[in-house]
Amino acid sequence: MTGTKQSKRGTPLVEMRDICISFGGVHAVDHVSVDLYPGEVVGLLGHNGAGKSTLIKILSGAYQMDSGEIRINGEKADIHNPRDARRYNIETIYQTLALADNLDASSNLFLGRELVTAFGLVDDDAMEAETRKIMARLNPNFKKFNVPVSALSGGQRQSVAIARAVYFDARILIMDEPTAALGPHETQMVAELIEQLKAQGIGIFLISHDIHDVMKLCDRASVMKNGQLVGTVDVDKVTDDDLLGMIILGKHPGAQAEA
Amino acid sequence: MTHSEAELSPAHPKKSFVQTLELDLRLLGMIGAFAILCIGFDLVTGGRFLTPRNIFNLTIQTVSVAIMATGMVFVIVTRHIDLSVGALLATCSAVMAMTQTEILPNMLGLGLGHPLIPWVTILVGLLIGTLIGAFHGWLVGYLTIPAFIVTLGGLLVWRNVGWYMTSGKTIGPLDPTFEKFGGINGTLGAGWSWIVGLLALAAALYGLWMSRRNKIRHGFPVKPLWAEGALAALISGAILGFVAILNAYEVPTARLKRDFEAQGLTLPEGYTEAYGIPISVLLLIFIAVGMTMLARRTRLGRYIFATGGNPDAAELSGINTRLLTVKIFALMGALCAISAVVASARLTNHSNDIGTLDELRVIAAAVIGGTALAGGFGTIHGAILGALIMQSLQSGMAMVGVDAPLQNIVVGTVLVLAVLIDILYRKRTGVT
Repeated sequence: MTGTKQSKRGTPLVEMRDICISFGGVHAVDHVSVDLYPGEVVGLLGHNGAGKSTLIKILSGAYQMDSGEIRINGEKADIHNPRDARRYNIETIYQTLALADNLDASSNLFLGRELVTAFGLVDDDAMEAETRKIMARLNPNFKKFNVPVSALSGGQRQSVAIARAVYFDARILIMDEPTAALGPHETQMVAELIEQLKAQGIGIFLISHDIHDVMKLCDRASVMKNGQLVGTVDVDKVTDDDLLGMIILGKHPGAQAEA
Repeated sequence: MTHSEAELSPAHPKKSFVQTLELDLRLLGMIGAFAILCIGFDLVTGGRFLTPRNIFNLTIQTVSVAIMATGMVFVIVTRHIDLSVGALLATCSAVMAMTQTEILPNMLGLGLGHPLIPWVTILVGLLIGTLIGAFHGWLVGYLTIPAFIVTLGGLLVWRNVGWYMTSGKTIGPLDPTFEKFGGINGTLGAGWSWIVGLLALAAALYGLWMSRRNKIRHGFPVKPLWAEGALAALISGAILGFVAILNAYEVPTARLKRDFEAQGLTLPEGYTEAYGIPISVLLLIFIAVGMTMLARRTRLGRYIFATGGNPDAAELSGINTRLLTVKIFALMGALCAISAVVASARLTNHSNDIGTLDELRVIAAAVIGGTALAGGFGTIHGAILGALIMQSLQSGMAMVGVDAPLQNIVVGTVLVLAVLIDILYRKRTGVT
């Protein structure tokens, strides 16, 4: 159905096939298939409640699908919880950022994967040093290493969440509305980061409301409506209006695009 | 954990004295309130409150509640509550009383006074407490019954399991070695107290030095040397002063005379002996250090605070929050068992009403100590200080001669006021 050039690049990094999940009789995700290749950014578009966040939470282990199959590098993957997802080098930046507000930046960055000393004790100093290193790269203005993240600005919190995803050698990165809470300067920083990560061969799923973001940052876009996949298109072959039509009307632009 | 440092905004390079020392303002406030309380009672009672004897008694009366309060910090930090700690203490105490007076000596034939009895008894108590706690945690974590309900049920169940097992009888006297954990019957004496004090001092100074060295090694900012020195002096003064006060409480001559006569000796003229640090207080100090290490230096502690701050984030970070709940309640149960040892040893028997209303004292101690019911914040030393404030208030009022109903009215009011002040403080400093 996609018929895009990416499919000629060999094995996809991620294939989600025929995924279904329902909550109390509502089909939140209804037989959806998407895929992602190394070094590619795939945008997931759709209204609120279209099912894009739910679909992606299945991949990150937060939800368990009712049926369907996930393949990572062509091999079937069992993802039952966030720990499993991390084992497959899937990192997620959640829309809510998923930060423990009462802990400082380095505790959040290493949450669940703390650096420990020879005695098995948490090595805060080492973690802070690592945090300072990665922050110097991602957001050189970041200086608040010893305060709880509740005391940080939206952009600073976002950079903590991004640092957490990037630090652990992600191969598959999920970004859920990464720029929703950011100012123009920080949005630009995220855009540059995405370019950088792409160049490293990381595959990125980018969930967004913003068509301009998707047109600018993504290679392909998959559009969802009412839990179903409307279609997947190459971004440089469609217009803003085509995407809008897919989102609002659920109409695949295939006919026009080929014409 | 690190919330106190929020005030140290880098925007203000000129720091106050307290900021340079990196002291916890909330802790300072609590110590201040405690000091005012003590001095106030001392003035009203004409100098009877701040005597070595009364301070000694205060510390041994505080231990049982303080031990449980350290566990309650973790429970409350993860947004749960445990209403069953007093009842659990009673059940553990009943089991241990029966183990040491009936099961081990008679049914297993060890005979009264066998050297293994106190240790096996404590082990049994710890096992029972941990198992019951873990069961509570399983109900809360895996079956998702609210902790309030589980432990409210637990309060009724365990209070009466203890009653049922002992048929409501008081069981005593307990094993003499076991009774050493109670306070007055087991103290270190002056010499050992100084040794323990000096060891504690050495450990504290070593810790300060190591932390500074680590920071320098990583190139982090450190406080000026004079501040480090002032802090070291403060800690040294506190530790040595505490030992000196406990050592100043001397065993009454009548009791010494009795002890000497029991050994067939006569009391030499002018002979004195100090009580020193009670073993129960030493136990509390070990638990406090252990729990603080657990909170700040282990993954378990990190996960407890992360889960309290944002349960969803913890779950999404791959933390098994259900198992974590089991562990927290199991730890709470183990601490209830230790408190049961201390409480029953202090009374030298198990009585049916042991630990009654302790759940409220323990929760109050943790909350006065700065543990936020909304989760995510709380310190071990705060909870212990909270327990000490509660106990001082109670025994101070008793000493002044305040009527019992008025005492409880004051304690209740103080609890609510303490939380109000805490909320106002948090709002002003902008910390959560």
